[in-house]
Amino acid sequence: MLRYTVRRLLQLVIVVGVLSLLLFAWLRSLPGGPVSALLGERATAATRARLTEELGLDQPIYVQYWKFLTRAASGDFGVSTGVQPGDSAMEIFLQRFPATLELSFLAIVIAIAVGIPLGYLAARRRGGLLDNMSIVGSLIGVAVPVFFFAFVLKQVFAVDLGWFPTAGRQTGGIDATRVTGFFILDGIITQEWDAAWDAIVHLILPAIALSSIPFSVIFRITRASVLDVLDEDFVRTAESKGLTTPVIRRRHVLRNAMLPVVTTIGLQTGALLAGAVLTEKVFAFPGIGQALAIGFERRDYPVLLLLIICAAGVFVLVNLLVDVSYALIDPRIRTMGGAR
Amino acid sequence: MSTRTEKIDALAKKAGHIGDDPGVSLTAAAWRRLRRNPVFLTGGVIVMAFVVLAILSPFIAPHDPAVPMLGDQVIKARNQIPPSQPGHPLGGDQVGRDLLSRLLVGSQQTLLVGVLATLIGLTGGLVLGTLAGALGGWVDTVVMRAVDIMLSIPGLLLAVSIGALFARPNIYTLIVAVATVQIPVFARLLRGTMLAQRHSDHVLAARALGVKPRAIVFRHMLPNSLGPVIVQSTLVLAISIIEAAGLSFLGLGNPDDRTPEWGQMLGTAQNVIDSHPQLAFWPAGCIIVVALGFTLMGESLREALDPKSRR
Amino acid sequence: MALLEVRDLSVVFQRKGEEPFAAVDGVSFDVAPGQTVGLVGESGCGKSVTSMAIMGLLPKRGNKVTGSVKFEDTELLTLSDRQMRDRRGRDLGMVFQDPLSSLNPVIPIGLQVTEVLERHRDMSRKKAMVEAADLLNKVGIPDPRRRLTEYPHQLSGGMRQRALIAIALACKPRLLIADEPTTALDVTIQAQILALLADLVRDTDTALIMITHDLGVVAGLCDEVNVLYAGRVVERGSRHDLFAVPRHPYTHGLLASIPRLDAPKGERLSPIRGSVMDNIPWTSGCAFAPRCPNATDVCVEVTPTMESDPVGARNSERLLRCHNPVAQEVPA
Repeated sequence: MLRYTVRRLLQLVIVVGVLSLLLFAWLRSLPGGPVSALLGERATAATRARLTEELGLDQPIYVQYWKFLTRAASGDFGVSTGVQPGDSAMEIFLQRFPATLELSFLAIVIAIAVGIPLGYLAARRRGGLLDNMSIVGSLIGVAVPVFFFAFVLKQVFAVDLGWFPTAGRQTGGIDATRVTGFFILDGIITQEWDAAWDAIVHLILPAIALSSIPFSVIFRITRASVLDVLDEDFVRTAESKGLTTPVIRRRHVLRNAMLPVVTTIGLQTGALLAGAVLTEKVFAFPGIGQALAIGFERRDYPVLLLLIICAAGVFVLVNLLVDVSYALIDPRIRTMGGAR
Repeated sequence: MSTRTEKIDALAKKAGHIGDDPGVSLTAAAWRRLRRNPVFLTGGVIVMAFVVLAILSPFIAPHDPAVPMLGDQVIKARNQIPPSQPGHPLGGDQVGRDLLSRLLVGSQQTLLVGVLATLIGLTGGLVLGTLAGALGGWVDTVVMRAVDIMLSIPGLLLAVSIGALFARPNIYTLIVAVATVQIPVFARLLRGTMLAQRHSDHVLAARALGVKPRAIVFRHMLPNSLGPVIVQSTLVLAISIIEAAGLSFLGLGNPDDRTPEWGQMLGTAQNVIDSHPQLAFWPAGCIIVVALGFTLMGESLREALDPKSRR
Repeated sequence: MALLEVRDLSVVFQRKGEEPFAAVDGVSFDVAPGQTVGLVGESGCGKSVTSMAIMGLLPKRGNKVTGSVKFEDTELLTLSDRQMRDRRGRDLGMVFQDPLSSLNPVIPIGLQVTEVLERHRDMSRKKAMVEAADLLNKVGIPDPRRRLTEYPHQLSGGMRQRALIAIALACKPRLLIADEPTTALDVTIQAQILALLADLVRDTDTALIMITHDLGVVAGLCDEVNVLYAGRVVERGSRHDLFAVPRHPYTHGLLASIPRLDAPKGERLSPIRGSVMDNIPWTSGCAFAPRCPNATDVCVEVTPTMESDPVGARNSERLLRCHNPVAQEVPA
């Protein structure tokens, strides 16, 4: 178990290393060269010269790479040129990261809360009306571009019906105290209930839009997995014991069917981030996704660089966690080398 | 004795034992099942209609999609866009071009984007995956690590990063960006099928007979990988169209919008979506239907080709 | 009074777009309390489906079950799902063929035993665990307390099957059905498991239905034997009678095809020609006719019925479904 984790951590380090190389190459290939990219059009000659020296552009390439790494390690990714001009890229990241985290978390929760029960029911009543409708629904969920779905939600529920706010993370008027950066949590900690509720209300529509991506996949995998398990011999044994349906469902079917689903949930975090870029843009939600969208539009490379590294890093880390947790959940892997 | 034997034969035939199908190949059996599968048929009809439309659209579109003939009805200051009127059943777009014609002709570019991106992704993935799967060893390790790293960056972000490398985005940079994201998907798929076959009996038999390695790869292993590749291609086609739309939405797409493309139309419609949702609704609807068509085909193909299928 | 009375049981499978197929086509037999009855036949003859129908374990859709299955005078086929669930595990137990796949891989063995006890005997978890250890001990699993927390993949094949037997007998059912319980095991373990089953059912006076294709299993274990072919019983008799005087050509063929140690060197094996697929419908005559060495014209015209067979009866009643049974000399 320990060896396994260590091996995976080592792989993680290698992947991050290669990623840094790729990003370094990417930075150097940007149109106009790295200095123009990082400083934007309007930098003075003096600033350019200073950055050129900092990046070591007049020195051999391995020195440049080293400087790139040390700058990155110290958190210095430069100053934003388009998203929030003047702020440091790291500051922007720290400000916006909790927002996207809250949003993604809620989206995954929704996707799981709807996808898993629906997948189970669809499998149980295979070929029935619920099954067929859910399958069609999930296929449509894949076919509809997420930003269009976000549009429709916004238009119907926020603009036309006015049930939800159309943009942002918190209403301007509310003066909330910030503790952790997670608005809902902050509201609860400081007992400013209206602030917490306000934050929740702002999250709902974007979270629903974002959840459409993982929902489809979680539903289909749950359904397929449950169908496989229902055919297994041990379910027949459980039936022959005369156990009640709830017990069989919980202890025999679901416990076995959930294994592949858990892996899938981990993999969906990557898709979530991509979806967040589009969704946050539609709802003007001040998270990392919006920063990426605006940053790309305005060619704000300092911000883009940092955010892409973080996105890849998070994704790789989550996958590692999923692998490890799989080993914990499945007793067959956990007790490797058990007595036979 | 003979009457009894004849009688037995007759009875057995009636019961359906004699005269069963002679063995049919896997693909022929799959095709037979597919022909009657409503999911596959629906998807197939949609896809065929889409392709026919793409080919015929320049001839059946009522107006030239690039000409802003209703331009005088567009008043930017008052946010007015030409409404539905005789000769223009869907009205006009923000510049005054006939929306219906743009929609019809847009199918061409959209199909082009989807097909090209898929082909490029497929070719790239084929080369990488075949090399890795057929050669094995360190080639396999290196290639697959590279693929893993590419897969560790979420698709849209990867496409965006590649798009950023180009100073002047156009339709081909869009295609390349989308295609690059699909390469690792195909690579992993091909490597998987090749690897599975390397240890299979039919390859072993070919090697024992002295068939040259290149012939084994091209004549024995690749044809067997065809099934999953076709399935994945249809799904990737759907994904490419949607990803291209997303990239257009973010601004990567072709800025020259005289040649219409659905993703691009959807992207530019975002500015006026509050007042004129139909400009977004129509291209979105087309994208959704076509993507659905390809997905339905792909999914039913997958189930038909899976030997462990439940039917 | 019989513990179990099966009369004219039929199971017809009907899949979309396919012909209906009668896996079980009018099977009747009895099981007395404490008796061991064998259901013998090749794969596809309907013996497993019969047992699933008795237990009510057939899928809800895709099949039609007719006939009568009376357990202690209660008609099982008309019971609701809940009523059947109450009886399964408590009055009727079942042991299946493949012990590894028949156990839930992600929960410990102990739990798989205690859940039956908790369900039917309302025991607390603690008490059930004690009882479970005792049960595992009774089936011959060494160090049972430790096994309670182990997982199925940590046990050997023989131990798993013993655990399954313990589970099936946990609530002391009056009837146990064993569907090919030793087929997936090594030969040496097979003998142990069969001996275990024989001891247990004798000690607890449990009736046993033994389903198998292996005549060796039948010979060692069953009081009465039913031979099945193409969904119907074709011969019935006590173990001694059947093996001494096989009357149906199919039974005779099965016995003759077993290789013998005392056969002269170079003697050829004599299988039954043809395969299970070479049959004709029972409605048109005798299903076995295409393969039968004794077949005559009447066999493809008139359906043979189950009749009493005094010729074959030595010390029990014999029943036979055949127009041209194997002629028998009285053994010396």
